[in-house]
Amino acid sequence: MSTAPNDYLLHLADNAVVLGQRDAEWCGHGPILEEDLALANVSLDLIGQARLLYQLAAARSGGGATEDSLAYFRDDTAFRNYTLLELPNHGALVGYAASDRDYATTIVRNFLYSALMVLLWDALQKSPDADLAAIAAKSLKEARYHLHHAADWVVKFGDGTEESHARAQAALDHLFPYTEEFWTPSAAEDAAIASGAAVDVRTLRAAWDAIVADTLAEATLKRPEVRGYVPEGKQGRHSEHLSYLLGEMQGLARAHPDGTW
Amino acid sequence: MHATIDDIWSALDHLTDPEIPVVTLRELGILRDIRETADGIEVVITPTYSGCPAMGQIEDDVRASLRQAGIEARVVTQLAPAWTTDWMSDEAKAKLRAYGIAPPHTTPSDTSVIRFVRRADTRPVACPQCGSTNTTLSSQFGSTACKALYKCLDCQEPFDYFKPY
Repeated sequence: MSTAPNDYLLHLADNAVVLGQRDAEWCGHGPILEEDLALANVSLDLIGQARLLYQLAAARSGGGATEDSLAYFRDDTAFRNYTLLELPNHGALVGYAASDRDYATTIVRNFLYSALMVLLWDALQKSPDADLAAIAAKSLKEARYHLHHAADWVVKFGDGTEESHARAQAALDHLFPYTEEFWTPSAAEDAAIASGAAVDVRTLRAAWDAIVADTLAEATLKRPEVRGYVPEGKQGRHSEHLSYLLGEMQGLARAHPDGTW
Repeated sequence: MHATIDDIWSALDHLTDPEIPVVTLRELGILRDIRETADGIEVVITPTYSGCPAMGQIEDDVRASLRQAGIEARVVTQLAPAWTTDWMSDEAKAKLRAYGIAPPHTTPSDTSVIRFVRRADTRPVACPQCGSTNTTLSSQFGSTACKALYKCLDCQEPFDYFKPY
């Protein structure tokens, strides 16, 4: 049976846990109560997906690894998430950014990522790696609701007021270049494709473009022109933001190793 | 005394979902199977949403009930096939409605058309209070990940809708 390499499982798990942590920063700070709840629920799904993937990776790697050791005791350069997902919930702190929390940034990021994940989980649920396929089948159901939620808000913001439109477009301009990373396979992705357990994510690009084009057209937003630097977070070369995020996420576990309550 | 599979089902039949105490784990399809294996009896449970915080409690409840009934069995978690709201019995759906939660529609059959997923499900959701289908979605996510928040435009009551999953 072909099984996905562990580095590939960690790439999927790290994506989910890092975005789960970012979305959870809205807990208690949501722009309205319903969105506070929505983001907490999206985070819960993402952290749940990460747990299943870390558990699988830990069981396969042996050597005493656990889901907790993988989430809390690896350093920033060991993380394999897309750079897009570790960025703060705001763009540059100028212009429209009135605070360090900008909901348009959060929504646009969730949209760009969940539009990819509905396609990737759909493909991975047919993987010959039965354990990965089982996780993908569950995660797909959740990703559909995440996409539904985010795309709805992209349309509301884009086709809303002058200010909401401008903020949504600014968030899109800020985040879109980071999606280039989706389409450049890492060593782990290449190994997963070679093993037969994963699909080449580049084959999903046309479908992703279609989802994005469809939603942006309805939202009256403009897809930014992208060229230049391609981020390499999934290869362990991150922005400085990941270290701060992990500092917060891992601090308690590292201060009290093996702590239980 | 050696407990039969039927004995175990009845020992666990009273267990309800910690967050929706009117429906049992069996009716929800979370308690999936009880089977004899070479190493003894296995009680199979399946998670609903990946991050459902009730799963830990559910597993503890199952173990406690087994212990109380003096039954030796292992509790195992199985992911595939993925849990779906389609496994919910009609009886369970009726209980949800009586409790004030609109029960889930069947999952949309053509989920492959991902591009239009946003507009795929336009089926009306009936208000569990007054039965009106003149209702509107307030939020994709309600009190838990498995529910959406709706409002009835006739009786003006807000209510939870158990989402098709």
